[in-house]
Amino acid sequence: MMKKRWQRRHLIEAFVKGLMIVSFLIVAAGLGEILWTILVQGLPALNWAMVTQVPQGGFYLGKGGGVLNAILGSLYLAGGGTLLALIFSLPIALYLETYLGDSDWGRYVRLSLDVLWGIPTIVYGVFGFIIMLAIGLRASLLAGIVVLSLVELPIMVRAMDEVIRRMPVDLEQAALALGSTKLEVAVRVVTRQMLPGIITAILLAFGRGIGDAASVLFTAGYTDRIPTSLMQPTASLPLAVFFQLGTPYPIVQQRGYASALILTIIVLIISISSRWISSHLNKYTVK
Amino acid sequence: MNRQIQLDINKTNLEAEGRQSRPSVVARNRQNQLAKRTFFVITLLPMILIAAITIILVVRSWPILSTYSPKDLFLGSTWKPDSGLFGFWPYITGTFWVTIVGVLLAVPPCLLTALYLSEYSHSFTRSLAKPILDLLAAIPPVVYGVWGLLAIVPFVEDALAPFSKRWLNSIPIFKVAQPTGFSIIAGGIVLAVMIAPLIISVVYEILRTVPNDLRDASLAVGATQWQTIRQVVIPRVIPGMVAAVVLAASRALGETMAVLMVVGNVAQVPNSIFDAAYPLPALIANNYGDMMSIPLYDAALLCAALILLILILIFNILSTLVLQRVLGKNWA
Repeated sequence: MMKKRWQRRHLIEAFVKGLMIVSFLIVAAGLGEILWTILVQGLPALNWAMVTQVPQGGFYLGKGGGVLNAILGSLYLAGGGTLLALIFSLPIALYLETYLGDSDWGRYVRLSLDVLWGIPTIVYGVFGFIIMLAIGLRASLLAGIVVLSLVELPIMVRAMDEVIRRMPVDLEQAALALGSTKLEVAVRVVTRQMLPGIITAILLAFGRGIGDAASVLFTAGYTDRIPTSLMQPTASLPLAVFFQLGTPYPIVQQRGYASALILTIIVLIISISSRWISSHLNKYTVK
Repeated sequence: MNRQIQLDINKTNLEAEGRQSRPSVVARNRQNQLAKRTFFVITLLPMILIAAITIILVVRSWPILSTYSPKDLFLGSTWKPDSGLFGFWPYITGTFWVTIVGVLLAVPPCLLTALYLSEYSHSFTRSLAKPILDLLAAIPPVVYGVWGLLAIVPFVEDALAPFSKRWLNSIPIFKVAQPTGFSIIAGGIVLAVMIAPLIISVVYEILRTVPNDLRDASLAVGATQWQTIRQVVIPRVIPGMVAAVVLAASRALGETMAVLMVVGNVAQVPNSIFDAAYPLPALIANNYGDMMSIPLYDAALLCAALILLILILIFNILSTLVLQRVLGKNWA
């Protein structure tokens, strides 16, 4: 009797553990499967012209050209959006930590940021479009940048907030004890100490921004030219993928897969470099 | 009083050492106050934004909300903007079908993975899991869509649907009624992979909040790991786990591009996971921007955005409040 129970619970133990390992492998295999599919399908159509040329006449019917317009457009959009979001994110993140801490008001601000993070990007896109029409702005790089900055803001603040909260309290208290004002602590101590984390947050938001299609669908427009001013519409990689897949021509769809591969590579580079930064630059901060 | 003393000390020090004069304490304090006020105003931005989005969507969808009764609008199943029929029921049901299938597919493996990473795995496996989850979270929705199109839709068409037709056709929700793989199950699979990193990392964080002493106590009296997990760890984390799943569901509700590309976009009330569906975000993405000529169409689409927003606000606020409570300072 005793022996049987002993065996049974150990069998269950082994079974559950096996199940967990299988689950983990499924998740890991999912990532591998996605990257493999995109690589295999995208690579055949990926060539030098894809990344160095703008679409030529009849590009969407299968004629020559590339998606340079979309690559640059996406970099402009995400770059501008990230910069604009940074201007507002850093003060919010610093204020949350140095002035608010764990107070009630801080909790409300964090809650509202989490709620913003959860709002689907398509809703941001629609909201941006309504505002654009109301102030008489056409679909343009500027409108796309503003909407993307709204999408990126909560991601950036929460990521910064997370790293800033991990700062040793001693450091902040030491600075305060020496007579620094809170502003000086925020700018001279927290920002420097948390620089690697802040850069990681910026890269995270940039990666989110460059991959988002729904928010720029109505606001940034789409064009085959590379924008030369903020008021011109611009292409973006996610939409380039989407539109190329929407055509009935296999050769254009192939290019859509190649564009998806380009987008994936950009995002992977960003993700890997942010890991590298957070592991290598951390050497210079006080633990 | 304090400030006066500080001022005096500062002054005497400077005079004594003959150093270059720095900004006075008064100026620095003024700077600090100014920054505090500016930062405070910027901090209001997120709340203002939420309010602005909600108010504008309500105002702009008011024409349709005031023209039709809520029953016709939300439970009506005919969508013919040309003839003035706006029934959201197919889209609402489509949204929920895809979301629920996605969440149901994601939850069991994600919970098990989080448990494995938190309770069993070596630190090496854990350090391997972090980049995998980060990369999964970093892949853009449209790339998930392409993957769904290339891998999942054919898989559903060639493997899942024939299997279901052969063995499960008598069960209504597994009935195969259309020949393509563009279906709720395809959207659900894509969504499941997309929300996996979120569920795993949040649940993992929650599991880490359970003190190790409790585990040790249970193991010390002879319980196996799994008995410890089932009887000690899990009862303490159930609210957090539920909140994590609800949070993931709210992300899934609003997912636009990836789902749009694989779900078929047929405006019908689905009966089976192999039916095509037309979720709300896809409706907006496909039609908004070029519908200005039909009266009320604009308001109808904004009403769709409003429904989506309200659903997500409710899901999101509830789950976040629970998670803030459970995780406290670790919640990020």
